[in-house]
Amino acid sequence: MSTPISTDICIIGAGPVGLFAVFEAGLLKLRCHVVDALPQPGGQLSEIYPKKPIYDIPGFPEVLAGDLVDNLMKQIEPFHPTFTLGERVEKFEKLDDGSFKLFTTDGTEIQCKAVAIAGGLGSFEPRKPAVENLEQFEGGRGVHYMVRDPEHFRDKKIVIAGGGDSALDWTNFLANVASDVTLVHRGTTFRGAADSAEKVKTLAEAGKIKLVLSSNVTHLHGNGELKEVTITGNDGKAETVPLDCFIPLFGLTPKLGPIGEWGLEIENDAVKVDTLDYSTSLPGVFAIGDINTYPGKLKLILCGFHEAALMCQGAFKYIFPDKKYTLKYTTVNGAPSM
Amino acid sequence: MQEDIRVYVEEAPGQRTELTGPTDMGLSLMELLKASGYDIQATCGGMALCATCHVEVLAGPALPEPEDAELDMLETLPMVHEGSRLSCQIRLTPHTDGLVVRLVPTGA
Repeated sequence: MSTPISTDICIIGAGPVGLFAVFEAGLLKLRCHVVDALPQPGGQLSEIYPKKPIYDIPGFPEVLAGDLVDNLMKQIEPFHPTFTLGERVEKFEKLDDGSFKLFTTDGTEIQCKAVAIAGGLGSFEPRKPAVENLEQFEGGRGVHYMVRDPEHFRDKKIVIAGGGDSALDWTNFLANVASDVTLVHRGTTFRGAADSAEKVKTLAEAGKIKLVLSSNVTHLHGNGELKEVTITGNDGKAETVPLDCFIPLFGLTPKLGPIGEWGLEIENDAVKVDTLDYSTSLPGVFAIGDINTYPGKLKLILCGFHEAALMCQGAFKYIFPDKKYTLKYTTVNGAPSM
Repeated sequence: MQEDIRVYVEEAPGQRTELTGPTDMGLSLMELLKASGYDIQATCGGMALCATCHVEVLAGPALPEPEDAELDMLETLPMVHEGSRLSCQIRLTPHTDGLVVRLVPTGA
């Protein structure tokens, strides 16, 4: 186990709002550690639309999302933030002295005096089909939402559902691993990569896999462990087939993720905050940016920046209840430093 | 100033609620639905990334063809309908007047 990281504020989420929070915290001489599940800082801006121009950042008539992230990274450099990237904060503990311990998926431990959740859309998790009693077979009882280790499916009889790239790719890959592969797709065509779709068709024609189009998996059967699924065609005809594993691959959708289980007050998949200082229902834990909700909430980067500034005031008061802080202007105090 | 257009939400067969929306604010149907108090998450804010603003177009004027990002997202969904669209990708314009949609619950 590596040495725990120790900091004043642990910021969960390295998107624009999380990054700017480092700046605002730095003005108050608070040190920050930033954690993000993505391997690079910038959140959605770097991951989804780095080349898209943004027009509503005050002072920038037009700025590319990627450039905004680069600028933010430069702006917070004087405060020497530290980063844990490519890991997701999983566990959360509040200690008796009011401080916190966070643990990531990879076992990194972060000790901090306050927590700022700037998780944006949350984490991207597999989308589940609306099949009754699906949950009953999760957790190793036959339903898998992703393929972590293909070897798990060696010589098994599997049914994959979906029509996107991952359904096609895994069908092709597992055709050589599993003993029996069936791909069920509700449509008749595939929009995924043309060569993957072609390969699936070739495998089906050669009898290596079974391709069931215009159909859905509609029922799961088994007593504690998945034994059979019912595949129903769009024409209403149903067929029940025996299997070992069902792998629904319907893409990813943003969810609150583990944050939803930390006992914070949640509304509509977002963290409820007090707009006085963007504090959550748990003292010492703050939420800023797209992940929070309050009356009149606007999911804008510029609102997130404002929230970050007020949040840092709240965090400062939480960490130093006896200190009086007076607002200082960067124009008066010169170049920010720490 | 252009006149507002009307959009109808079908809550149940034969039961429609009329919404009016401006066409000069660049609003999407998702934004109108949200502003009208409908329970849709629209987690991603309109980037065709989450499909939590899924609607089924039941009737009305012909809409511009969906773009690739929307089609790709619809493709991954476990269930779609003949007129499935992401409401965040439908702009309110004078041409969308009279559109009739049904909200498709997330995960269905």
